[in-house]
Amino acid sequence: MPSSPAPCITASALSLTFATNDGPVHALKDVNLDISKGEFVSFIGPSGCGKTTFLRVIADLERATGGTIVVNGMTPHQAREKRAYGYVFQAPALLPWRTIEKNVALPLEIMGVGAAERTERIARTLALVNLKGFEKKYPWQLSGGMQQRASIARALSFDADLLLMDEPFGALDEIVRDHLNEQLLQLWARTQKTICFVTHSIPEAVYLSTRIVVMSPRPGRVIDVIESDLPRERPLDIRETPEFLRIAHRVREGLRAGHSYDD
Amino acid sequence: MGVTGNPGPGVAPPMTSLRAKFLPVLTIVAAIVALWYVAAIGMNAPFQRDQNSRDGVSPDAWTFIGQTLTQPKPTMPAPHQVAENLWKNIFTVKVTSKRSLVYHSAVTLSSTLLGFLMGTALGVVIAIGIVHVPALAKSFLPWVVASQMVPMLAVAPMIIVILAAIGVTGLLPKALISTYLSFFPVTVGMVKGLRSPEVMHLDLMRTYNASKTKTFIKLRAPASLPFFFASIKVAVAASLVGAIVGELPTGAVAGIGSKLLAGSYYSQTIDVWAALIAGSICAVLLVLAVDVARVLAGKAMGARPA
Amino acid sequence: MNAILSKWRAGKGTFLLLSGVVACIAAAFATGGADEPGFAGLVGAVFAGLAGGIVGTAASSRRHWPVPAFSLLFDFLLALVLLWLVRSALPGSVGPLPGLPFWFFTVAAWLFAWSVVNRMSVFAAQGWLKSALGLAIPALFGLTVLFLWEAVTRGFGIPFVLLPPPSAIGARFAASIPLLWADFNQTVLKAVLFGFVVGSGAGFLVALLADRYAFLANGLLPIGNLVSALPIIGIAPVMVIWFGFDWQSKAAVVIVMTFFPMLVNALAGLSASGAMERDLMRTYASNHWQALFKLRLPAALPFVFNALKINSTLALIGAIVAEFFGTPIVGMGFRISTEVGRMNLDMVWAEIALAAIVGSLFYGAIALLERAATFWHPSYR
Repeated sequence: MPSSPAPCITASALSLTFATNDGPVHALKDVNLDISKGEFVSFIGPSGCGKTTFLRVIADLERATGGTIVVNGMTPHQAREKRAYGYVFQAPALLPWRTIEKNVALPLEIMGVGAAERTERIARTLALVNLKGFEKKYPWQLSGGMQQRASIARALSFDADLLLMDEPFGALDEIVRDHLNEQLLQLWARTQKTICFVTHSIPEAVYLSTRIVVMSPRPGRVIDVIESDLPRERPLDIRETPEFLRIAHRVREGLRAGHSYDD
Repeated sequence: MGVTGNPGPGVAPPMTSLRAKFLPVLTIVAAIVALWYVAAIGMNAPFQRDQNSRDGVSPDAWTFIGQTLTQPKPTMPAPHQVAENLWKNIFTVKVTSKRSLVYHSAVTLSSTLLGFLMGTALGVVIAIGIVHVPALAKSFLPWVVASQMVPMLAVAPMIIVILAAIGVTGLLPKALISTYLSFFPVTVGMVKGLRSPEVMHLDLMRTYNASKTKTFIKLRAPASLPFFFASIKVAVAASLVGAIVGELPTGAVAGIGSKLLAGSYYSQTIDVWAALIAGSICAVLLVLAVDVARVLAGKAMGARPA
Repeated sequence: MNAILSKWRAGKGTFLLLSGVVACIAAAFATGGADEPGFAGLVGAVFAGLAGGIVGTAASSRRHWPVPAFSLLFDFLLALVLLWLVRSALPGSVGPLPGLPFWFFTVAAWLFAWSVVNRMSVFAAQGWLKSALGLAIPALFGLTVLFLWEAVTRGFGIPFVLLPPPSAIGARFAASIPLLWADFNQTVLKAVLFGFVVGSGAGFLVALLADRYAFLANGLLPIGNLVSALPIIGIAPVMVIWFGFDWQSKAAVVIVMTFFPMLVNALAGLSASGAMERDLMRTYASNHWQALFKLRLPAALPFVFNALKINSTLALIGAIVAEFFGTPIVGMGFRISTEVGRMNLDMVWAEIALAAIVGSLFYGAIALLERAATFWHPSYR
């Protein structure tokens, strides 16, 4: 059982099987996991290990076929209806016919937030991701990194305290990614949100997380859960310290174990 | 070959089972037929009422409905009347007879095909020119597009008359109208298709120092195939329309168009509808033929089965 | 090899200057001594060869202003001079047909005009210059075609009933404005506009409905795709029987013709938004209408405009052809079919010109609207 008293997500014996033409695919099998409020949890593993599927189950974008999952004390469906989380996709997925500020305003409009409050929240969240001054630009006028920051702002704008991020920086080059990782950590420290973060980069997972969930494919399952004892304050060069490398090593061992099981 | 055509007419979403695919279509078709019957009864009723009062009879409702569906020259023929006419004129009449819809369809189809072949050839040649000569792309392409603003169908009678005046009659004038209508989609589609190879592939050809001809044969032409089939599908349908409209003027005596015109002159509505359905069957056959060709070509070139 | 090539390029200016001088001499001769076909023919032949040579060696590499401006201007002036020469030598409706020199000059004029087009199309222009060139090149090309048409019809003495020269068509057009206006009013303002709006609108609404109920979409989409390949124009006689001779029957044809392209395209457009964007709307727990108005309708706009463009052409064709099956004594289709019968080909061509102008303006207006409404689409950025 988790050490923290306030659970945010509780999955027990969770499984999800897709029926395909080539027979059933076990995207998730018997996943047990507890995530507490304020944690930064990374999910890492090779493609097909079910890390994205798990995130989508939390978000009620997929329905589990077995086991239970509780999000903020509700079913994922109720949590979605309550708009309990913000979701950041692999691509920015900004609507090209809306300016940056209008894109950030999109969820607010859907949720029926008044115009005055919308303006205030847009300004606040755009400042949070350092996009002040780009309000009137269209998405295609911005770089890839800026677009992804705008999509994070969009996920933050309605103040859900859970943030689900599915390889948000996967398509960006490493320099931009480092920069955004640093900013994400600052943002997490400032907003005290719970973050679930899917990645396939070991350094990224170790740098960002308080906990790292190592997963393995066929069937998709959890191999190892690694608690990070790195300090919450993390400059980029923490990645050269022995503590960091030790954790990264353990993640890599876990990934390798998952593979040897398979091949 | 991962390329697909322009975001024009869409493709049906993938279906999992045959039942899921056909049930909705069959339902809609059934609804259309039912509506057709209702419309036939409603639209033929006024005439029948007149007729009955003139004859001094007042039949009950069922007889009346029966009467509306069996008029010899109804405002709206009932589906079974059209079907009966089709059956009679396709299967029971000799193929060479002037009454046979097979005969008229064959006349229309022959000029359709001739026009389609000429239009496709012309379209491909223009597209090759446009892709290889920048001056053509800048000066000619806008006019190719603008040429479609000339409602050539509307001019079809004139072309037939002009050509008749200089002694060209028969198949060719109609085929020329089909040519005009079908070259455009082929040109536009092929320009897109011949330009569809990625920069990387074109660069690869450059590293081989391949000539323009070789690049065309090895890269541009194969890459344009999906576009080619998408555009000839449109072109073949347009050809048929051109051939039918080409048969409207000058008292043409054969072809689906002439059947339409004769039927409308003598208010033989059932004939008109039968001719319409015959034309539609021709269209479906032509489009199916193109589809078969597309699938065969795809197989021969190792395309991933859809 | 390269050296020779660059020398040739450097020498071309001189070469062109020389040919200009020749042109002036030729002009003097051609205007002064039209009855000396031998010499004029020679000069004309030299010109045609010269022009052909220039076109043949025209630079195919992209260049920037103003490097080739000189040769461009030169070709342009030369083409103008030659055009003027040919124009002054055009035979009237009666009188002897011109001889070889006339054709040499015509060919030369055409080749020089072609060379101008060629030179203009290799410019790597930007900004307003680019759009100006985009207009000027096809315009020049069109003018050249008109000129050739005029020269050929009059030069060969092609019978008027076969193909009237553009000047005669223009004259007829100008002389029959009231008649053309009446036809335009009948066919376009009544039948086409009404049918276009109702047909496209109905197709769009049914698409919205089918989008809400997947069953309807699954049934309608294959049928819609099929119908778009059918010769729908054939329903024109039926519509005339049903709705009478006036514009209502033509509008009915237009409605049926424009309905299906809009239905099929709008349905395709409504499912065009990406899976990720639709998931995004789901994470916001948005309802059907919010997702429709905020995401799927805007994403469908390029498709809707595509249908509108297709329909603009179809509507005009449908209305005109439907008039072949019976009309009151006014309308573009009526005029075409009756004037063809009377062999008044210039009037027919005037109607065709009107139809082309109307069609282009209609299409152009929709294209402008599209540009404004889908400015965000990659094809316009």
